[in-house]
Amino acid sequence: MKIRRLLTAGVAAGLLVLTGCGASNSSAPKADSNSTGTTSASSGFRIDVITHGAPGDSFWDVVKAGAVQAGKDEGLDLHYQSDPDVGKQATLIDNAVAAGTDGLVVSMANPDGLKSSIQAAVAAGIPVVTINSGIDQWKQYGAITHVGQSETLAGEAAGQRLSDDGLKNVLCVIQEAGNVGLEQRCAGAKSKFSGTMTNLQVDNTDLAGSEATIESKLQADPSIDGILSLGGDMSGQAVKAVAATGANVTVGTFDVNADVVQNVIDGKIEFAIDQQPYAQGYMGVTAVYLKNLDGLDIGGGQPVYTGPAFITKDNASAVLKFAQAGTR
Amino acid sequence: MSTTEAPAPAPAQKPERDERVGDHARLAAVLLRPEVGALAAAIVIFCYFAFTTTAFALPQGASTWIFYSSSFAIMAVVVAMLMIGGEFDLSAGAMVGTTGLITGIMMSHWHVNVWVSVLTSLVVALAIGFVNGVLVMKTGLPSFIVTLGTFFVLRGLNLAVVKRIIDQVSVVDFASAKGYAAGNKLFGGYIEVHLGWLPWVHVASTGVMRIYAATWWALAVMILATWILQRTRAGNWIFAVGGAQTSARQVGVPVFRTKVGLFMTTAFGSWLVGMLTLFKTTTAQSTTGVGQEFFYIICAVVGGCLLTGGYGSAIGAALGALIYGMVYQGIVYHNWDSDWQYTFLGVMLLGAVLVNNWVKARAEQVR
Repeated sequence: MKIRRLLTAGVAAGLLVLTGCGASNSSAPKADSNSTGTTSASSGFRIDVITHGAPGDSFWDVVKAGAVQAGKDEGLDLHYQSDPDVGKQATLIDNAVAAGTDGLVVSMANPDGLKSSIQAAVAAGIPVVTINSGIDQWKQYGAITHVGQSETLAGEAAGQRLSDDGLKNVLCVIQEAGNVGLEQRCAGAKSKFSGTMTNLQVDNTDLAGSEATIESKLQADPSIDGILSLGGDMSGQAVKAVAATGANVTVGTFDVNADVVQNVIDGKIEFAIDQQPYAQGYMGVTAVYLKNLDGLDIGGGQPVYTGPAFITKDNASAVLKFAQAGTR
Repeated sequence: MSTTEAPAPAPAQKPERDERVGDHARLAAVLLRPEVGALAAAIVIFCYFAFTTTAFALPQGASTWIFYSSSFAIMAVVVAMLMIGGEFDLSAGAMVGTTGLITGIMMSHWHVNVWVSVLTSLVVALAIGFVNGVLVMKTGLPSFIVTLGTFFVLRGLNLAVVKRIIDQVSVVDFASAKGYAAGNKLFGGYIEVHLGWLPWVHVASTGVMRIYAATWWALAVMILATWILQRTRAGNWIFAVGGAQTSARQVGVPVFRTKVGLFMTTAFGSWLVGMLTLFKTTTAQSTTGVGQEFFYIICAVVGGCLLTGGYGSAIGAALGALIYGMVYQGIVYHNWDSDWQYTFLGVMLLGAVLVNNWVKARAEQVR
């Protein structure tokens, strides 16, 4: 009996560890960095774009597409690499510096972890531009500029918009636990929203379940009149949950894909906030290129904002074809 | 985690009994079923949320947690069968994503007929289950390791192949694919049941309950699995290979066939849930299902399955999924701060397992 119990506990612990590996250490396969081949180099500059995007993240695919396009347009020897693990991202930066890069474009989801690598690159005279995340640290680390959207500012814009729509009780749906940027969006929205805003945690690996959870929440609190979703796929589930309850709820979302744009056109989503990731990739590379070419400082010591751009019924049909092509 | 105990062997000392002993034995036989504890825990949890929240027990509220539990129930039942047979499948969650992606891409990207797409992903799933089973049996490696390998392989394929084909990581615009409506009837639809005549529903604003396709499928899978486990020779084989594989082989149980069949059954469940999810959500991502395999095993264990194999039931596993679903959605209905959601979930699941074990222990005393 005792032995059997011990065995059971042992197996249980083993299971926990193993599936724990599967779930949380999901960065294991992501560790393979995502590199593209080099483009033909006519301007002779080598530029390295090193982001924290996980392979398979549709958002980062758009950033990469922008960077690659800039590389083509400007005749650069462009290298794109990414790793969500900050330690490995730092190593990628060190590697690029060692390989003799002429410029770095870096996203800083975890600025502290990249600090020494970026400062070393700056000290070596390599121009650095940060994109997407890192708006609070780029200056301090010696980058030329930052290209991106302040999540807080974007959140504030959403909160303002929800207030202007006259909403009173809004749900902020967070689809990934522990993501700093998502928390900042909700916090920013809350700060500018005149009514009540509550966060709701859902799970983007289980979309059907998330929809049920949103539906439960709408039933639990019938006074909810708005949903702010923080991701393209989740906004579709929010729309379905609203339809299932038949409640009169306004849906707004961050980030864009073809379905989101279609929902905006159909009037099921009131607005989508776009931080234009394509522009982040393209502008980041271009800023480094211009520094190399003519010593130009884009941004003039200030960050370059790519968002928040609102997609509403007025401009959605114009955006649709870009979203389908993967550039919005 | 799951501190499921081995069922204590019946107390050795035989208490003095009169002629009524036969009735007691029959009662004990009922109470000793693996699902009795889970049923008790489910009732406790249902009552708790029914009385502490307003919408939980109303038809519209019940719609959500019944739906939420249903796809978990399907997986819990097939995973429970596999666990009774002494094996694990860590690739089950990723396989849900794989099947959804295959069907989604075939229909929306290549415009293949809906039924051809659905059957293709079924064939692929069964093939993966077959490979899992054969690898486990031929290599002698623990199924943990083999299916963990499959899990990573599938995860990689779900990402790399999908990106190669559609240049994105999620299937979008699936609802407008040709044949979607037909598939949706089978996998994504729902029926509305009007319960407005019930007295406690009457006072509430709505009496409409939606029962989604997933629930019918879950009931069908549960009934079929119970029948197989309780009434067929294959059922005996499953208990035998999980309880004592060597002895089973010696008495002529086809161990190889039984285990491979179990892995294929789990794969079938993954495919079914993959279809249900795809047609209900009209999208599938590369990350769909990743990490969910853990919850399937939890549901089976809460429902009375032993991690060591040889003991468990399909109804118990389905009840485990119901407990999980009720707790998860109950937390939402309760308006508890969602940052604490997983903590509440963990505490209540542990509580459910403890109630489960307590009931089982009491049942054993009756004997």
